Amino acid sequence: MKKQIKNVWLPIRTLIIKEILAVWRDKKSRITLVVPPLIQLIILSHAATLDVNNISIGIFNQDSGWYSQELTQRIKGSPYFKHVYDYKKPQSIRESIDKQEVILALHLQPNFSKLVAEGNTAPVQVILDGRKSNASQIVFGYLNLIFQSYNRDILKDQGIDVPEPISIQYRSFFNPNIEYIYFTVPSLVAILSMILALMVTAMSVSRERENGTFDQLLVSPLQPWQILIGKMMPAMVISIGESTLLMIAVLFLYNIPFKGSLILLYFSMIIFLFSIVGIGLFISSICKTQQQSILGTFVFMTPTMLLSGYATPIENMPPWLQPVTNIFPIKHFFIIIRGIFLKDMPTLEVLRYSWPMVLIALFTLALSGWMFKRRLE
Amino acid sequence: MKHFSFSRFLAYFEKEVKQIMRDPSTFLIAFVLPLIMMFIFGYGVSLDADKVPLGLLVEDTSPTARSLEHAFLGTTYFDVKTSYNRSAIEEDLTGGRVRGIVVISQDFSKNLLKGVETPFQILLDGSEPNTARFVLNYAEGVVNNWVKQQKDEGKSFLTLPLRAVPRIWFNASLESRYVLLPGSIAIIMTLIGTLLTALVVAREWERGTMEAIMATPLRISEMLLAKLVPYFLLGLCAMILCIFLTVVLFQVPFRGSYFILFISTSIFLLAALGIGLVVSSTTRNQFVASQIVIIIGFLPAFMLSGFIFEISSMPWIIQMMTYIFPPRYFVTILQSSFLSGTTWALVLPSLLVMFFIASLFLGISALKMVKRID
Amino acid sequence: MSKNKDAIHITSLGKTFPGSKKAALDNINAVIRPGIITGLIGPDGAGKTTLLRLMTGLLLPSHGKVNVFGLDTVQDAERLHDITGYMPQKFGLYEDLTVIENLNLYAALHGISEKEKSEVFEKMLHFTSLGPFTTRLAGNLSGGMKQKLGLACSLLGKPKALLLDEPSVGVDPVSRRELWKMVSDLAAEGICIVWSTSYLDEADRCSEILLLNEGKLLFYGPPKDLAKQVSKGGKEEIGFEEAFIEILGGSHRGESVLTKHMSSKKVKDAPSIQIENLTKKFGDFTAARDISFTIKQGEIFGLLGPNGAGKSTIFKMLCGLLQPTEGRALVSGYSLKTAPSEARLRIGYMAQKFSLYSDLSVKENLNFFSGVYGLIGHHRQTQIEKMISIFELTPYLADNAGLLPLGFKQRLALACSLMHEPDVLFLDEPTSGVDPLVREEFWNHIQGMAAKGVTIMVTTHFIEEAEYCDRIALIYGGSSIASGTPMALKEMVRSKALPKPTLEDAFITLIEQFDQRRPL
Repeated sequence: MKKQIKNVWLPIRTLIIKEILAVWRDKKSRITLVVPPLIQLIILSHAATLDVNNISIGIFNQDSGWYSQELTQRIKGSPYFKHVYDYKKPQSIRESIDKQEVILALHLQPNFSKLVAEGNTAPVQVILDGRKSNASQIVFGYLNLIFQSYNRDILKDQGIDVPEPISIQYRSFFNPNIEYIYFTVPSLVAILSMILALMVTAMSVSRERENGTFDQLLVSPLQPWQILIGKMMPAMVISIGESTLLMIAVLFLYNIPFKGSLILLYFSMIIFLFSIVGIGLFISSICKTQQQSILGTFVFMTPTMLLSGYATPIENMPPWLQPVTNIFPIKHFFIIIRGIFLKDMPTLEVLRYSWPMVLIALFTLALSGWMFKRRLE
Repeated sequence: MKHFSFSRFLAYFEKEVKQIMRDPSTFLIAFVLPLIMMFIFGYGVSLDADKVPLGLLVEDTSPTARSLEHAFLGTTYFDVKTSYNRSAIEEDLTGGRVRGIVVISQDFSKNLLKGVETPFQILLDGSEPNTARFVLNYAEGVVNNWVKQQKDEGKSFLTLPLRAVPRIWFNASLESRYVLLPGSIAIIMTLIGTLLTALVVAREWERGTMEAIMATPLRISEMLLAKLVPYFLLGLCAMILCIFLTVVLFQVPFRGSYFILFISTSIFLLAALGIGLVVSSTTRNQFVASQIVIIIGFLPAFMLSGFIFEISSMPWIIQMMTYIFPPRYFVTILQSSFLSGTTWALVLPSLLVMFFIASLFLGISALKMVKRID
Repeated sequence: MSKNKDAIHITSLGKTFPGSKKAALDNINAVIRPGIITGLIGPDGAGKTTLLRLMTGLLLPSHGKVNVFGLDTVQDAERLHDITGYMPQKFGLYEDLTVIENLNLYAALHGISEKEKSEVFEKMLHFTSLGPFTTRLAGNLSGGMKQKLGLACSLLGKPKALLLDEPSVGVDPVSRRELWKMVSDLAAEGICIVWSTSYLDEADRCSEILLLNEGKLLFYGPPKDLAKQVSKGGKEEIGFEEAFIEILGGSHRGESVLTKHMSSKKVKDAPSIQIENLTKKFGDFTAARDISFTIKQGEIFGLLGPNGAGKSTIFKMLCGLLQPTEGRALVSGYSLKTAPSEARLRIGYMAQKFSLYSDLSVKENLNFFSGVYGLIGHHRQTQIEKMISIFELTPYLADNAGLLPLGFKQRLALACSLMHEPDVLFLDEPTSGVDPLVREEFWNHIQGMAAKGVTIMVTTHFIEEAEYCDRIALIYGGSSIASGTPMALKEMVRSKALPKPTLEDAFITLIEQFDQRRPL
């Protein structure tokens, strides 16, 4: 009996060793596994930020009174802006925004100081570049803070009783300074491992088909499920190795806390990668050539990146689309990996987000198993 | 171009076209993927937050607190979940089911009536920084408005010295699809130009067709041209599809010149094709080629082009890198062509740089593609 | 240098690949004259392909130079391709284009006008017998038909020099005859032809031969001089083949080392392979029609037939790679449909195209295949070591399988299909493209194994190899048109005109007779 069990697993083990060797032996592909992901992690973690800083704005001040001077001084003294341009002509606003020198410009009318001094409200025109809708709104937010304190101080100066606003204290859990990199880095670990797992599985079968070695496997006593496992496990091993490498890099290079349980992270990562490998196998079971499976991978990857809550929050999507995002395993894993990194997410919560991935994995693996079986017959 | 033979070019060109027509995967990437992306950007993805799930922890049951609770329930920005149990709602925050918690503490109304400074707490989920900031800004707004209303009751309206009058140029209603749809065209063009060509050339090396072709009288110039033209045309077709969807279906205004757009698309496609050719003739292997294309084509188009992420906010060294990749220039041209009309100050330098990159890579590929196999 | 313009001049040519210490070619000097066929022969790995690639300018020489009709292969590479035709060993057809589209492409690349085209195409389609398949995708052709199409594509131009790298590998005897005739006609027109081959009968027919071994030119001259040179010391006249084997260091005859190590199979009464009414249809095309035969244990059964006859289809159905449309196949009593795993454990399969993992080393391939077939522990180790010593793979153990010389690739492929000691061995053109020494060695193994009770089914193009088979089935147009022992087949065609028919005569005559009977 024992011997029989061994006979079932040994061929699979051989298949796995072969698959890993094929990736690891070649120096070029070994480098491909290690260097690009690290570079991507470093570059993208800094590039993919919705933080807005280092922004330049412009002011066209037609008023020479004290009140407008006070306002421009406050704006120029604020740490939010890299450079504040002074325009002399009204056309400069247009030109400056057109060539994207500034993202936002202020226009102070000639009677600004007069209006304020007389106790009236002076309108300030703020022109936003709508081509950068997100960034310009954030900058407008910064500007509003300056306006508020300006208003308060001027009123006080004028001896008017200003209602003290409620002092709002905020506490940001998990990321005290609301830094974007806390969000991108764990997400990138997930994305980069996903791309690798997907590529390795999607191509492994079509490459064997193109080289004729797949026939050689089919005439061996291996059964379809053994081949399936033999194709799954190497991708699992390689991409778990990859994410470990990335995690180590994260711990050394970034000042990001890892609060949760490593065991839970690996547990959920294995489930996540199973679901990705299932998708990869499905792609390769319907593709004849390597080219088709690479392109198929891209067609899957693009909506994944856009709809999984990485590029934009899922809450911003229309209600009918939000349930659709559940079919992307990485959506659930994003919540888990960020949760474990930053929030010390408890076991129960991890399980709650893991089971959809289990379902996806079971579905895609069953589907690709069925596709393989059908193609073999 | 000595001895350039049009008939040889035509034969190789025809072959390339037939291969494109027969492989469903090229259609997938040239027409289906653009459709998917257009629909996602047009209907789905938006940077404008709306209905963010927010927890409201109510520890104070006075009418004043009730009134503030109603103020939150009345906004369209939040999807408010009221709770009376601190640990339950904090669990929701950890689980990501609410993005922030507004705490109306026990002594809230008491303090407020006394006129004592009332600390008011907002707890945020910092793991989603963008949403956290949104929650903070808008919750602050709701609370301040509410306070003003409370105080204004019976009082005369306070005249503020300064009032900002925002005017948004090019995109008055700040629709993010106006920005994202034109930007996504750069991604599609990169995939067609760089990925597709890289794969087809690498495939010829892998399958051994290259050796046979190289021994024929076909000139390198003829081969390069015959590889470029079909994918160039395919890219233009995809471009027309994208513009049609963007302008007609999603009603994004087009304020620039179609002619300029055509010229810049052409130059961008040439640059993308040139990069694809260089990658494939260097690697001669589809797997490695596709990996390289992800790094130098796909991700820069996504991340370093300024179409989602603001370039000026990146560290300077990464800002420098964005200048190397053509998508940055193309996205600039696309966004200004659609929204602000042709701004020569932006378009002209971008065109020139793209033209330089295109000629650089096409030049390298012509040099690298020698008729030799070692 | 005007005399340079009428021939291929090879001057102290050497080529060393980067990273390799040994020269692939070392100081080659020759003048290849037009108007004749010059054979390029030598064992695998001798440097034949490298020499041809240097002549086409696809590789740069490390030293020395090649001058083709006055054009230097380095400086005038572009113009060189206007006057040369080259067929690489692995001709890369565009598999997603049809037969006629592939031909059209190469016709246009070679600058053939529309007027000439129809005539040339007719000739090519006749020689390749691809006429009925012009609209089929090249990827769906059989291996031999692909080879012929590739050949046709490279013959399209009107070159001054035609360089053919093993053009007749995998091509059936009828087509080989036609090919030889066509190329001889071209030679007669004054074209310079270099024909690399591992078939000695072809080499013997060449006007001059270049014999390469390990990068060195051993002999250059007419083939009959080779025999003279070798038998100089000896008294008796020897044939070309013996001379060839002699100059390369002797023959491998004697008991197969493989079978010496092999235990005899238990004798079973049941037939090893039993095929009943096997039929395979692809759409409305019938690739195999109503095939039935029974093969006893220890028999060597050969499938013979022209390219595209359906041999590989039958083979694939027997191995379980294709499901038959009708009929059934039993291997060692097991059905490949109902008990595929048990049946597969008993078979060994060596594919027509090299299909081991080319990016794994020789040792890793052996490890892999022994593991996949469930060999374990000590047994696995001894089997691997046995294969290494029998097939003399020791010097190559760490090399990537894809970079081996062809003969060693085939040895490795055979080794991998044998490790689990199968009852039945399927060999799809095992000796295609390998040199006579390896071929001889292979048949030595095959016959030895059969004697130990292994049943062997083999397809081949070599008529002389078919003689080694116990029984042959002649496959043509998807049907088995004749079967029996080689003697019986020859007997079928004996007539007054052919009092002593060879197997090749039988092959050709039986097909002709079948064609005449068949209503078109």
